This record gives sequence, C-alpha cells and structure tokens, in this order.
Amino acid sequence: MSARERWVLLLAVGLAAAVVPWTVRSTYVLSALVFVALNGIAALALSLVMGFAGQVSLGQAAFYAIGAYVSGVLTASYGWNPWVAMAVAVAAGALTAFLVGLPIFRLSGLLLAMATLGFGIILYYVLVNWASVTGGPSGLTGIPPLAIGGVQLDSDRRMAWLAWGALLLVLGLAGNLVDSRVGRALRAIHGSEPAAEAAGVDTARYKLGVFAVAGGVTALAGALYAHYLKFINPSPFGFAFSIELVVMVVLGGVASLWGAVLGAALVVGLVEALRALLPLLTVSHGAAEYEIVVFGLLLMAFMIFLPGGLSALGRRAA
Amino acid sequence: MTAGARLPAPLLEVQGLAKDFGGLAAVRGVDFAVRAGQIKALIGPNGAGKTTIFNLIAGALAPTRGRVLFEGIPLPVRRPHAVAARGIARTFQLVRLFGEMSVLETVLVGCHRRGRAGWAACALRTRAARQDEAELRLRAQTVLALLGLGARADQPAAALPYGEQRLVELGRALAAEPKLLLLDEPGAGLGRDEQARLAAIIRTIRDAGATVLLVDHHMDFVLGLSDEVVVLSYGEKLAEGRPEAVRTDPAVIGAYLGDEAA
Repeated sequence: MSARERWVLLLAVGLAAAVVPWTVRSTYVLSALVFVALNGIAALALSLVMGFAGQVSLGQAAFYAIGAYVSGVLTASYGWNPWVAMAVAVAAGALTAFLVGLPIFRLSGLLLAMATLGFGIILYYVLVNWASVTGGPSGLTGIPPLAIGGVQLDSDRRMAWLAWGALLLVLGLAGNLVDSRVGRALRAIHGSEPAAEAAGVDTARYKLGVFAVAGGVTALAGALYAHYLKFINPSPFGFAFSIELVVMVVLGGVASLWGAVLGAALVVGLVEALRALLPLLTVSHGAAEYEIVVFGLLLMAFMIFLPGGLSALGRRAA
Repeated sequence: MTAGARLPAPLLEVQGLAKDFGGLAAVRGVDFAVRAGQIKALIGPNGAGKTTIFNLIAGALAPTRGRVLFEGIPLPVRRPHAVAARGIARTFQLVRLFGEMSVLETVLVGCHRRGRAGWAACALRTRAARQDEAELRLRAQTVLALLGLGARADQPAAALPYGEQRLVELGRALAAEPKLLLLDEPGAGLGRDEQARLAAIIRTIRDAGATVLLVDHHMDFVLGLSDEVVVLSYGEKLAEGRPEAVRTDPAVIGAYLGDEAA
C-alpha cells in the first residue's frame, strides 16, 4: 500500500467510525465496537513485534494489564487526572517491556516465546496477590471515566468514538513506521538476522525498541479499557487473553496492520457469537473453555488453509 | 611500481588469527594484510578456513586467538553491526535475502547506517524523515543502476533468478558505501557470462575507491580478478602474493591446483 492509499483508507474508516456510533442504538453493539478497537490496538502492537520483527510474544496481556492497573490505581486510589494517568500508564508499559526485554531478547524462537509466557503469568499473579494496591482478585472499583472539556466519556457511544480515534491514530503511526528506515530494519531482522546485522542494523536494539513500543501501545489500550469499564480485576488479563491476541494477529495475517484489526473484529464477534450460542447447545456453564477449543481449531485451520490470514485473502482478490 | 613509492598502510591486518570449533582447529594462526584499493582473494580447497576467516573479520564469530585490525584499530568481536559501523560490508556464501522484501527495499536496508531518521520521526513522517528517505532511495537507485537491476527495483528479491539474487546481495553491501567489501564466494553458482559481468562490477567498485577482500574457489575467476592472493590449506597460510607468482608456487600446485587438475 502506498502512503496515499493508506491515508485514503484511514480517512474512509475514520469517517465510518465517526458516523456508525451515531446511528447505532444498541449499547451491546456499541460496546462490541469499543472492544474491537481496544483489542485492535493491542493486536496491532503485537503484529509489529510478531509479524514485522518476527519475535513471538505470548505475554502481551501483561502490558494491557499494566496499562489498565497503572491508570486505574493512579486515578481511583490517588485521584490523578485520567489523561495524565493514562500517559504514565503508556510510559510504564513501554518501560516494563524494555526492562523485561533486556534479558529475554538474548533468547529467540521457542525460548523467547516461553520467557514472554512466563512474564505474563508472573504479572498475573502479582495483580492477584498484591491486594493492597491492586485490590487482589476482587479488583479495583471507582475508576473515573475520561473527560474532554467537561464532557464525560462515560457512554458506550462516546467511548466508541474515542477508542476508534485512538485505533486509527495508532494505525496511521504504525503504518508510517513499518514503511520507513526503522520498519525496514525490523522486517530485515525477521527475514535474516545475520544479514540485517551485516547491513549495520543493531538487531538487539531494534528488537528491544519494537517490544517497548508495543508495550506502550498495548498499555494504551489497557488504560482505555480501565476508564471505559470503571472496574478492573485480574481475570481478563490472563494467559487466555495473550493467546487471543496471537489468534487475532494470525487470523488477520501476521505482517498486516489492517489484518490485526480485522482479526480483532473477528475474534470479538466470535466470542460474542459463542456466548450466545453455547448456552443453547450445552447444559452447563463454562463458555470460556469452549472459546479456547474454537480458537484452537480456527488457528489450525488458518495455518493450514490460509497461512497469510484474512489480509492475504484481500490481496488475492485484488 | 616506481622506486621510492611507498606502499599505503594496510587497511586490514589479520594477526595470528585462530579459531577452534570444539577440538577442530578450523583456522590456525593466519597473518595477512589488505592494502587500501586492492582486490585481494582468499583461496583454498573446501575446509581451508576461508569462510571462517570471513566470519571472524565480520564479527560473526569470536577468534580463539589473534586479532583483526582495521585502520590500525581492533575490530569489535561478536557484534557484526559494530563491524559494519566501521565501514565493512559483506555478502554471504548462501544468499540471505529478507523474506518478501522488494529488490529496492533490500538495497535500502544496506543504506541503513547512512540514514538518520529514528523511531519517532519515522512514525510521524516528519519533514526530516521524508528527506532522509528520499536521499536513501536515490542512493539505492544508483546502486541498482550500477548493477543493472534498475528494472527489477519493485520485484520481490527472492523471486529473481539466482544470479540476480547474488547481485541484490552485492547491492545491499555496496549501498553502505563500505571502505572494505567482503565477498564470500561471489561467483558461486554463476555462469561464465555472469562471472565476467560480476568481475567487471567488482573492478568498478575497486576503481571507485573501495577495497575488496573475496573468498572463492573458482581459480580462473579469482586469479584474473585479484591483485593479490592468499592461499589457505587446512587453516594455514600456504602462500601469498601476486596471482602469477602463486599460480606457479610448487606448494600451491601440490596442495590445491594439483588436486583440481587431477
């Protein structure tokens, strides 16, 4: 995609994102739109790490949680302005990713995946057990909504606008980044690390850089989530969410930013569909277990039949 | 060479370089120097240690003993990008391209060190970043034109015929405008016409001011192209000198040329 085509697409989707929430009355649909945008931001960040730089992370939920908790705690417990808290949350996500990345990017492939997985699990248990700050398993309440010039962004519709605005902003910046000197260096690492090094790319630094950027961007989505729901607890930020993000990226096509957003929409839609359908099919509760099964099957099917993801389908049709 | 003319100081000095892999001594104390403006070749049978020496110079491997000086200063070890930063570019024995990247983009990666735009500038596409990008693209186009790949710029590099893939790799190395170019078996897998074209390109590069160190085992190709040759056998230097002298060196004939003639 050329820079011009990218801007046209962004503008078109931006227009749709501005108009659609106006026409939709169902809070259920509006809330789904918010989640598509928030997950889209997180999936896009993972796509930079996984699809462009070729480094697998199975712990991205941790950065989402850091965003949510830093912004949540600073506002609910310390009364900070939500925007300032959110900025600090983004910085905290990036800084954590950088510090975690320092030791673990000595690893590659499966070992790196395991290390990121381990980090995600550790952070989850910190959230559960550091009850004095995080509220423990029962969570943190009283997180204030964001506000612009006295207008509280406390409705699903207003939040849909904000979340999609944030998504499109991140998409625009990420699109620029990928198609630049820095983006080429990242893709070169994915293609051949020895050749990238020989061309003068400090591969360790760039891997750390993209991980930190992704950590910050993911934390942004997490902070928006906290101010949207006004309540957070650790359970949505577990291993399952990290895997869901990987599924979104793979379904969309790993090295495609728009694909990550498509993947997020598909996964959010599927989760909602399963929640509606499963109670009709089974006697017991526990839709979450079935979600994992469906995602597993879907992941396998895509790997076999459409390894390039949904975006490859679009390219084929074009 | 006229009397009294002084030889230029060596650009690259390899001193007592040795590398053991476990119990196997792949390189056993090799010394040689490359002077600025030379085309110098390392030749020898398979297993002589040529590529290992390359990887030691380029910082991909750490030597067991010895060191490599570039412009009189030791090269960084095990940090290839830092070696590249000193002005050394290389190609690989087996072509290493970047996945689905186009020919132009692959060469642009070679320009990496010439660019300045950082993360924020790239994401915001600032004026400075766009100007930087335009300069890099101009440089990459110039390299592609030199290699006769101008028409291939937007094609995926991996989809080109093998000979042209090797040229793309050479382009990636050239794009860095290195002082020293390390070419690992540049002629491998090329036909005679392609080899002649490659030799012409390498001479052009040398005439433009770069120094070239290459590894190859095509004797005709190497002896016709090089100013000086180092002959290696089993990790040791067997002979060094001008191609005509080396060609008639009895030790070399016995160890290498003899084998090939047989």
